[in-house]
Amino acid sequence: MPSKLIENTMRVNRLPHIWCPGCGHGILMRDVAQAIDNIGLDPDKVVIVSGIGCSSRAAGYMNYNTLHTTHGRAIAFATGVKLANPELTVIVITGDGDATAIGGNHLIHACRRNIDLTVVVFNNNIYGMTGGQYSPTTPHMEKGTTAPYGNIDYNFDIPKLAESAGATYTARGTAYHAQQMTKLIENGIRHHGFSLIEGLSVCPTYYGRKNKKGSTIDMYNWQKDNCIDVKKAANMSAEELEGKIIIGEMSVADKPEYTDMYMKIIEKCGGNK
Amino acid sequence: MTKRFQLLQGNEACVEGALAAGMKFYAGYPITPSTEIAERSAIRLPQVGGKFIQMEDEIAGIAAALGASVAGLKSMTATSGPGFSLKQENIGYASIAEIPIVIVDVQRSGPSTGLPTSPSQGDYMQAKWGTHGDHPVIAIAPSSVQECYNETVRAFNLAEEFRVPVIFLMDEIIGHLREGCELIPSEELEIIDRGDHNISGMTYAVGEGNYVPEFAAFGEGEHYNITGLFHDDGGFPTNDNHKAYSQGRRLLDKITMNQDAIEKWEETDIEDAEVVIVCYGGTARAASGALEKAKEIEGFPKVGMFRPVTVWPFPEKEMMKISEKCKHIIMAEHNDGQMLMEVQRAVKGNVPVSFVGKIDGTTITPDDILAAIREVYEDAK
Repeated sequence: MPSKLIENTMRVNRLPHIWCPGCGHGILMRDVAQAIDNIGLDPDKVVIVSGIGCSSRAAGYMNYNTLHTTHGRAIAFATGVKLANPELTVIVITGDGDATAIGGNHLIHACRRNIDLTVVVFNNNIYGMTGGQYSPTTPHMEKGTTAPYGNIDYNFDIPKLAESAGATYTARGTAYHAQQMTKLIENGIRHHGFSLIEGLSVCPTYYGRKNKKGSTIDMYNWQKDNCIDVKKAANMSAEELEGKIIIGEMSVADKPEYTDMYMKIIEKCGGNK
Repeated sequence: MTKRFQLLQGNEACVEGALAAGMKFYAGYPITPSTEIAERSAIRLPQVGGKFIQMEDEIAGIAAALGASVAGLKSMTATSGPGFSLKQENIGYASIAEIPIVIVDVQRSGPSTGLPTSPSQGDYMQAKWGTHGDHPVIAIAPSSVQECYNETVRAFNLAEEFRVPVIFLMDEIIGHLREGCELIPSEELEIIDRGDHNISGMTYAVGEGNYVPEFAAFGEGEHYNITGLFHDDGGFPTNDNHKAYSQGRRLLDKITMNQDAIEKWEETDIEDAEVVIVCYGGTARAASGALEKAKEIEGFPKVGMFRPVTVWPFPEKEMMKISEKCKHIIMAEHNDGQMLMEVQRAVKGNVPVSFVGKIDGTTITPDDILAAIREVYEDAK
């Protein structure tokens, strides 16, 4: 029997999902649902928009208005949905490749506009759906099927990228730290402006196997042992932080939101009459 | 109060027609020679409570417009050659997900950056086949500023009625042409809006003899799924080949089974014409000139004109009928022979089909067409 949360938020007849055993995406999807449920949003007014890739299959399982779009374009579709009807809560579920490679331009420009979208990036550090090619978040010198000798690209820090592009809420959580991740998504949805929450996932099938990261349990334990909360990290030296990943709320800013500003233009033009 | 008669550019008339049809959302990216469509939309939409957004690129332009359509607003985007190429993937998405949208392509000379301010009709085939896979598309080519207004209304109506992307295939000649235009108010036009719906979970199911599922906007209470994957009647992805066939067939059938209602053309002096000029869009203006001049030339054959307004699907049955009565067809278009292939296919060798085309950025003139008629006439002697 599915839990009450799953029954309330998921299309139970669409489950089980297609993700591999050990994948962190199921946990992250549940975190999104839990956050929506915690806030008590009217499900009729929630829209989930996704792109293409492992992450983006989440939309089909969630019992809201769901829009599974084209590769990289989820944020651009979501911008149209939100501007067309600002009363809707629009949440984008995307992946590292979808959001920062093919969709990187849409990401930075949505940040810049400060449009009230909540973007949750399920980051598994690899292109999983196509079988393990390196992505913009595959760490330097790690391997993918298209980086057989090690990846010489440097990886993005997604919250930092979003913050510098103008996002007014940025955060990072992990699949292991489910309660914190839920809270970060909740805060992101509540934030009135563009929110970006990176969720570090676990990909035992491709990223893990290719880079000899051990078992699924080892990979979750790695997240437990190597992720430091941003508040704790503030009191640690650069040496101590070497090789660690900082999680928690990275930035919050207060700035007029895009659709609010557009509604003022309509008012000024007399279009609201 | 909007003045009923105005001197407008084709691009401007297109926006006014869109507003009359109920457009409430525009998203796009600046590109010559279509930019005036974005500029006028930016001014006019907030005045009527609509929304305009300039996106970061062409792909985002169509994506945002599709998102807005899903949220319930009639939406449009406009572009030209290079941008039209970039939008193709999402045109396919609109086809399979059945999202109404009007995509204006004010054609310019290509390929690539080509001749940005010069006229062309080189996107005729791309309008039909630009996106991958078998898919439904309707394309309309206006030949006057007034038609930019009226036919944009029809483009929106067809998009809503059949839940398809409609390509409004303008060209630089018509986009930048200035003529008097009657801004017929919405109340005097037939406007098709999304009706009541009762989709209750089976979002893509259709009744017997019907091809178009009912459509609910996001936020109205139906929690349904939209995807670019082949999907079942509930809107969920499927790998079942029978279901994929059933969906793919229905998508194509909804156009072919309704082709008579979608087709539109204009015939001039066609009844007893020996030579028929086939043309569309801006080229029709030169053809009209040639028709007038031809009447005055002694010994010239009787010349008629066939002008498809709906250019996809191509009016092949009517083309066949014409070929049974005339002796020769001349296809005139600003490319190296694109609609020509459709004409040749439709007439099945009944009559010879000759061609007048240009790919150098200059316009076809009435004299170019008269020269082609003369050649036919001389050959026949």
